[in-house]
Amino acid sequence: MVNKPEATRDAYGRALLALGQLRSEVVVLDADLSKSTKTAGFAAKYPERFFNVGIAEADLIGTACGLTLSGLKPFASTFAIFATGRAYDQIRNSVAYPRLPVVIAATHAGLTVGPDGGSHQSLEDIALMRVLPNMQVWVPADGEEAYQMVIEAATETGPVYIRLGRQVVPHVTPADYKFEKGRAQVFGPSGDVTIIACGVMVAEALRAAEELRQAGLSVQVVNMSSIKPLDTEVLEAAASHSRLIVTVEEHFVAGGLGSACVEYLSTLRSRPQVGMLGVEDRFGQSGHPDELLDLYGLRASNIVAAVKRSLDS
Amino acid sequence: MNTVLLRNKAQEMRRLIMEGIAEAGSGHPGGSLSLVEIMSYLYFYQAQLHETDPLWPERDRIILSKGHAAPALYAALAAKGYMPHEEMLTLRKLGSRLQGHPDMRKLPGVEMSTGSLGQGLSVANGLALGLRLQNKANKVYVVLGDGELQEGQVWEAAMTAAHHRLTNLMAVVDYNGLQIDGFTGEVKRLEPLAEKWQAFGWQTVTVDGHSFADLYRGFNVERDDRPLVVIAKTIKGKGVQYMENVADWHGKAPSKAQAQEYIEGIGGDVRG
Ligand SMILES: Cc1ncc(C[n+]2csc(CCOP(=O)(O)OP(=O)(O)O)c2C)c(N)n1
Repeated sequence: MVNKPEATRDAYGRALLALGQLRSEVVVLDADLSKSTKTAGFAAKYPERFFNVGIAEADLIGTACGLTLSGLKPFASTFAIFATGRAYDQIRNSVAYPRLPVVIAATHAGLTVGPDGGSHQSLEDIALMRVLPNMQVWVPADGEEAYQMVIEAATETGPVYIRLGRQVVPHVTPADYKFEKGRAQVFGPSGDVTIIACGVMVAEALRAAEELRQAGLSVQVVNMSSIKPLDTEVLEAAASHSRLIVTVEEHFVAGGLGSACVEYLSTLRSRPQVGMLGVEDRFGQSGHPDELLDLYGLRASNIVAAVKRSLDS
Repeated sequence: MNTVLLRNKAQEMRRLIMEGIAEAGSGHPGGSLSLVEIMSYLYFYQAQLHETDPLWPERDRIILSKGHAAPALYAALAAKGYMPHEEMLTLRKLGSRLQGHPDMRKLPGVEMSTGSLGQGLSVANGLALGLRLQNKANKVYVVLGDGELQEGQVWEAAMTAAHHRLTNLMAVVDYNGLQIDGFTGEVKRLEPLAEKWQAFGWQTVTVDGHSFADLYRGFNVERDDRPLVVIAKTIKGKGVQYMENVADWHGKAPSKAQAQEYIEGIGGDVRG
């Protein structure tokens, strides 16, 4: 258990090293970004089990598929933008359709990529991955959760997409936390308001909840780290206990965590008001991650404002 | 090598392809028929396969990257005895194991689900790398279309195979010179093709893809440390005269009468 701030990509690198020793069937692939994706540690320690396909993301995914056919367990890594965008058809037709146990561990997701700018800030990967049958989509909130997810993914018999980030994020998971797919992590008892977040937004959601509690509201925060399968029990409980549900994500509002939640909530007989925070219909841009979160309205203060606005109206 | 057996199997496969596609009312006869000798050669001579068990762990692997030629693959599996001949008549129908493009989760013997062109060589590479890493001697064969070579991923994969010196991998190009919209030379030319593969670090051999002796020569050349590609010159629609070298028969089904006529013409019953 590491309970200090850590980038989820660094936790991925740590977990791969553990898996290298734990599971001889684990192999790792990269497309010329091993230092950034943090697969380089595994590559140095287990060179014969590491394959750098060069700058060829389609080939990255296809090669990973072939490795599964030989009985091995591949983790394929590159930036989220290239994994899910450049190689979408390969993931769709060669991974998801035949249900091959490839783990796509994509780093540098979201606005918090920072200065590289909009071309590199994937704000659609959750949407692209979750619409694929057989594909699971996991988004860790911190290093500890990322580590556990990667270890867990090694035992999965079908495809998994893990969304990792570049920047250091605060530690949020409690000491006894154990990641389980399809099970959200709940902070606090159910209340007037439920804030559902994933990834780097969980820490912001927790801060927002604190502020709202001080203002006299009862607020529960849900870390919906398993976006697919989704924790529908938690959603149902939130729908029956809360007046307001707000979803928050470092992703386009269209198609992401919020959409997944709303799709389910809309099937319920009665449901509370829902607000969805995320990046509206525009691309990212260069800037410091903190500046970008400010600019795109993905801060605790934005969540607080959204909650107050909704409850007042 | 028993060329009589290979020829008989090829004939059996042609009948199955014609009957299956005619019954389905849709499918890809041209690029299936051009592959028949190649598939017969791979399934009945070159590849190490089990007599009855398509999932035998020690088998060599054959990946059909040009997945639209699924009828040729199904016909090979039927001729091999891995599935009943009659099942060919379920091709492309609801509930069938014989999907329009090969689905590995439905039919044992299909090594990889394909259909979106350009992806099979990468998969074959991964399989070859994985087998080699586990000290397994099995070989990997991958069947590519010539038009398919216009896909960039093929060349990404070509570099990967050469970089890793995948000598347990053999590719074969069904070089029938046609794609959907016409001759490959007119749509987007491939030549000089052997030189392209060589430049990417491959050993090449060009053969007549309808001659078993020539296919034997191709797959059994003296190897160095490069992956091997057999460039097999073929005729699209081979064996059905009016289909031969006609782009229009890429994705058009023969009528049931045409299939029947073909079967009678070469003699024998499709289930024979
Ligand atoms: C990625 C992709 N693009 C387009 C198609 C549609 N398509 C099916 S077959 C074909 C032509 C293939 O030509 P070739 O590889 O030469 O096969 P053959 O002529 O031997 O049938 C095309 C374009 C496809 N299946 N996959």
